Amino acid sequence: MGSYIFRRILATIPVVLFVMLFVFSLLYITPGDPAAILAGDQATQAEIEAIRIDLGLDRSFPVRFVEWSSGVLRGDFGVSIFTRLPVSTMIQQRVEPTLSLMVVTMVIAITIAVPLGVLAAWKHGSLIDRAIMLFAVLGFSVPVFVIGYVLAWTFALQLGWLPVQGYTPFSEGPWPWLRSLLLPSFTLATFYIAIIARITRATMLEILQQDYIRTARGKGASEQAVLFVHALRNASVPIVTVIGIGITLVISGAVVIESVFALPGLGRLIVDSILRRDYPVIQAVILIFSFVYVIINLLIDLSYTVIDPRIRY
Amino acid sequence: MTSAPPEQESYVVARAMPAIISAPPKRNAMMRTLRRHPTMWLGGTLLALVAIMAIFAPIISTSDPSAMNPAVRVQPPSAEAWFGTDMLGRDIFARSVYGARVSLIVGIGVALFATIVGMIIGLTAGFVRWADGIIMRIMDGMMSIPAILLAIALMTLMRGGSVMNVILAITIAEIPRVARLTRSAVLSVRELTYVEAAVACGTSKLGIIRLHILPNTVAPITVQATYICASAMITEAILSFIGAGLPTSIPSWGNIMAEGRALWQVKPNIVFFPAIFLSVTVLAVNLLGDGLRDAVDPRLAKRV
Repeated sequence: MGSYIFRRILATIPVVLFVMLFVFSLLYITPGDPAAILAGDQATQAEIEAIRIDLGLDRSFPVRFVEWSSGVLRGDFGVSIFTRLPVSTMIQQRVEPTLSLMVVTMVIAITIAVPLGVLAAWKHGSLIDRAIMLFAVLGFSVPVFVIGYVLAWTFALQLGWLPVQGYTPFSEGPWPWLRSLLLPSFTLATFYIAIIARITRATMLEILQQDYIRTARGKGASEQAVLFVHALRNASVPIVTVIGIGITLVISGAVVIESVFALPGLGRLIVDSILRRDYPVIQAVILIFSFVYVIINLLIDLSYTVIDPRIRY
Repeated sequence: MTSAPPEQESYVVARAMPAIISAPPKRNAMMRTLRRHPTMWLGGTLLALVAIMAIFAPIISTSDPSAMNPAVRVQPPSAEAWFGTDMLGRDIFARSVYGARVSLIVGIGVALFATIVGMIIGLTAGFVRWADGIIMRIMDGMMSIPAILLAIALMTLMRGGSVMNVILAITIAEIPRVARLTRSAVLSVRELTYVEAAVACGTSKLGIIRLHILPNTVAPITVQATYICASAMITEAILSFIGAGLPTSIPSWGNIMAEGRALWQVKPNIVFFPAIFLSVTVLAVNLLGDGLRDAVDPRLAKRV
């Protein structure tokens, strides 16, 4: 058990190293001179040279990679081309809104999606089941920023229940903080709910047909106990897995939704950096989000043994 | 069409035996599939409409999508401009109709390229044992970078937003998913007895791939390709919406919405119409994919 955890953590090291190598080499494998492209069309030769030296493109690839990656591992992501500030400082200022958004989204999505999926499987083939599945297909198809505008228009502009845009830091009180996050989080949660509910339903349908469920019903267990104690416990491994995979969708969605709701987070930072062609910042945000994905999926892998005692490594 | 599977034919015979029950009317296989899977029918029809709109965009749209007219800026929908006009006085209806072209080209282009490259990588990983570990670790690494962020980085480093660059950037981000699916399909087929028999008969490796492996991977990969198409359409719209995709000289549903971003609270029509077009198109592709999945794998249809 202990050795499994150790080996699993070790196994993430090559993935993290590869992600770093890949993101770094993008500068070298894309066609054209990256310094000239990042400097923009109006740049002078001197400005292009300055960016070349900034990015270390004047030195050889292996030397530069070792230098850069050891910096990244110490939390040093270089200096922004646009603001001349250390990238790590710019990122620190932006972490709170994005982290809050992701946590609230996950809480909303899981508390809604799992009961929905269970309900759909329990009432298999009924109108409720069809309605939930229709919602799941719509949740996949309607792009996240469209949902954002529809929700903001309805609940903020027409009904006036929630603020239209902006972020209130947690230090100003948990309720104003939550109010500023509800609309963007529900927006992001829509398709997350769709995928989690779909997997929950599919897994539950399979499990509800098994013999031990009939036994549980036969011994007089209440329907609630059958669904949530006997069946859901066994369905939880695929559900937890899809929650982990869905993190990429939440991250991608956050990039857009922070622009729609004017949240000053990491997604907003990367969008602003595109227009400024501030590649060191873009690179750093991508790395951080990828690390988050790798770490969450590591935790999920490790959680399997807790959820299902039959899984032994 | 003589391609009906044998079980279905015996079913028809069995039902026809009692004289009272008339045999079900014969239809060709395609009509039957469509009738059994109404989602495929609905998705296909919607998608055909969008395709017609894209092909005949110059005839359908009443004006030039790039013609600026400062005199009629941010107009609400009217008889002249059905969806209203944007901040530069361009006709949103014309732009939305032309936007179908970009969406379809990017969706189909990415689905095609990502499938071809992903299949080659997946087949290699499934067949060349020593390369398997390395290839799959690389794919795992790429998959831990969210597709949109990877596409953003590639677009920043490529000069100018052209349709080809957008397709290239999204394709690179989508390849790992196809590679993984192909590899798992290959692994499950490779150990089957009939493949073993083919090996024993001296069929060459390429022959085995072509005759035995590929036909068994085509169905799941076609289904996957439709989902990639839908996700590429959304990614393109997001890229153009946040300013990393196509310039406004090439109308795309994403960049029309970007134009309306500053004004959406007072002029929701600029954002609303392209949003509807985009959502309906993606829905159509997803419905088509769901229908295809149910048709090629009835076992899945009962569950999901």
